Amino acid sequence: MKLVTHNMLTSKCLKGVNTGYPLKLVVKEIRVQSSDFNKEFISKMIPRLDWAVFVVAAKQIGHAGNLPDQLLPDYENNEELLKDVHHALFEVDIYEGELICPETNRKFQISEGIPNMLVKENEL
Amino acid sequence: MSFKRPEHKAPPELFYNDEEARKYTQNSRMIDIQVQMSERAIELLLLSEKRPYYILDLGCGSGLSGSVLEEQGHNWVGLDISSSMLFVAKEREVEGDLLLADLGNGLPFRPGSFDGAISISTLQWLCNADKSCHNPVKRLYAFFSSLFACLTRTARAVFQFYPENSEQIELITSQAMKAGFFGGLVVDYPNSTKAKKYFLVLMTGGNMPLPKALSDGEEHASHVQFTNRREKYKNLKGKCVKKSKNWILEKKERRKRQGKNVRPNTKFTGRPRSGRF
Repeated sequence: MKLVTHNMLTSKCLKGVNTGYPLKLVVKEIRVQSSDFNKEFISKMIPRLDWAVFVVAAKQIGHAGNLPDQLLPDYENNEELLKDVHHALFEVDIYEGELICPETNRKFQISEGIPNMLVKENEL
Repeated sequence: MSFKRPEHKAPPELFYNDEEARKYTQNSRMIDIQVQMSERAIELLLLSEKRPYYILDLGCGSGLSGSVLEEQGHNWVGLDISSSMLFVAKEREVEGDLLLADLGNGLPFRPGSFDGAISISTLQWLCNADKSCHNPVKRLYAFFSSLFACLTRTARAVFQFYPENSEQIELITSQAMKAGFFGGLVVDYPNSTKAKKYFLVLMTGGNMPLPKALSDGEEHASHVQFTNRREKYKNLKGKCVKKSKNWILEKKERRKRQGKNVRPNTKFTGRPRSGRF
């Protein structure tokens, strides 16, 4: 699972959970794979991200690079920053680990890079 | 109940086991069909040239539709309920991120995350109640309303599916409209039983005309052109056809009997003129 997906994921589908965001990360194994960098796409994705959540998660997995805590206003022209964002968002794969719901502490296993978001009937 | 349809055999997480998942990497005919339908679904998304986009693949299976998205340069996230299919997708080293999730429980994403969604042959699975707690109407509504939320406000979602009957189409479209979507059904090749494909095209940003369906050019194949050729013979009641040779001979005979001046019959009587004249 890549960080971009972590940034979008919630545990809203659980019963009694209002926001379910952000999911806490427990990382056991990560793998790095390079992918094509596209400047326009990354600058289009940045407004959609929850920046604070993204930076915390990137620091946790140790691939934060030089990401600032506050998003700079002219990020579109800062190629260095966009490359760091691309690397953290799309190139780091969390291969084994867990996602934990912030409200109910329900654990979602990540195995072989695939988070298991299935819930049982009584949790709906 | 027909057992030809896979959704009647077993729930999707059991039906798509390792053996069934294998078919989607080895059977070239299955792959071809999936790729064709994915290409058409992406075409129906009407994405502008401002590539790439962040697309959701619902029921991504072994990632065949995802590979088509990759070829066109898009980033994607795939959801499926079958872990066997997802492991095949992982083996194929698709670029998109994969999630194991049940669409009927709603999509676990933040609002406004995706530029569009495609889904190939998945929607009909949601119309079944595989467990006693399943209510297809509620599950479809949970699915569509969470999808509506996680798309941007100018996005489209295109679903290729195999409806069992017209009630099923109505069930699906009514739940989609209730969730806030605009749009409707596009049926490609409606006159062909084999090539006929149903695409549900849903839009989040207001009502727009639906894309045109593909057809094989024989739009009027179901209509028969009106012909009155046989009318001529229908009203004859045993008499000769007017202006025919027999009719002329009979008429001359009758007038001769009446004592009128009639030209004698020759080999030219009642013969059609040649084209030269």
